[in-house]
Amino acid sequence: MLHMMNKSPFERNSLDSMIRLSKKGSPVLLLEDGVYAATKGTTVADQVTAMVGDHAVYVLGPDLQARAIGEDRLLDGVTVVDYGGFVDLVVEHGTTQSWL
Amino acid sequence: MKIGVLVNEGPFTHQASDTAYHFVKAAIEKGHDVLRVFFYYDGVNNANKLSEPQADDRNLVKLWGDLAKEHNLDLVVCIAAALRRGIKDEILAEGFRISGLGQLIEVGIAADRTVMFGD
Amino acid sequence: MSEEPDLHFDTEGIKKKFMFLNRKAPYGTVYALEILEMVLISAAFEQHACITFVDDGVYQIVKGHDTKALNMKNFSPMYGVIEMEKEDADGDEDEDMVWRIIVEKESMEARGLTADNFSIDVEVLSSAELADVIEDMDVVLGG
Repeated sequence: MLHMMNKSPFERNSLDSMIRLSKKGSPVLLLEDGVYAATKGTTVADQVTAMVGDHAVYVLGPDLQARAIGEDRLLDGVTVVDYGGFVDLVVEHGTTQSWL
Repeated sequence: MKIGVLVNEGPFTHQASDTAYHFVKAAIEKGHDVLRVFFYYDGVNNANKLSEPQADDRNLVKLWGDLAKEHNLDLVVCIAAALRRGIKDEILAEGFRISGLGQLIEVGIAADRTVMFGD
Repeated sequence: MSEEPDLHFDTEGIKKKFMFLNRKAPYGTVYALEILEMVLISAAFEQHACITFVDDGVYQIVKGHDTKALNMKNFSPMYGVIEMEKEDADGDEDEDMVWRIIVEKESMEARGLTADNFSIDVEVLSSAELADVIEDMDVVLGG
């Protein structure tokens, strides 16, 4: 199962809910305002680093660019994908769940 | 692979419809079969042909319609959600059709993947 | 346009596991009401369904809603209809169709609620148990 999360962790609890209700090993895609969760130096960085240990974590590149987030600002272990990569993740990992 | 898509927000307030559009376009380019895009909640506003964005911004209503025309894509607007929001045949943009919520469940059954975009 | 005949897919004999995931409180936004309509329509398709309440979604099924002063539709009775649909699914021996109504324990407790506060019978599952159920689904709508 692919878990998708599109909300800033500073606005909503979607990141917490996704972490609580996803199984270890299921990949995660952060998109739209969800990409802020993948940046260094935030109050949720430890939580997201722990998530990277349990899940393959992807972020949507076009959403990073739009928000002026360079790849150097991403937490270690996070992989950037484009829309084509997003499609591949959906195809490869079965059911998708969107945490809004 | 057969893919179904659900869009739950309109073309301006949230990014959901933009992301769905880029996803669907990329899926088609990769040779997947996007069976249907279903518009629910405020997503029905994506089908309002009276919508006039400023000239320097994207026009999602038109972009969806063009994509539908080019790839014979089935864009379905939920009738119950649409009527509440004043989306009727008179103002339905090209490429969209209005039908029942059953069409969402149906594509969920028929597709290998159902992907939801919302807020 | 809508005068044209609807397109249909051949879904004969396919049975999938659907989850309707409710994470939003009622009345403040329309998400709760419109997802209920989705659940009720799905009954006609005879699929497996888990109607799940997580986060503020647990507020949807609290007893005693009274929306008169808001002049808004009180849609609480629709949860009773879902409960009846579940009983029909459970009772139908000819049709292999499983419906479950699930509340996440952690979300319920975080809001100072117990199962006695709810207007319908629910299964209360821990986060870990619910994560297993979610992982097993074919289609997850809402969220």
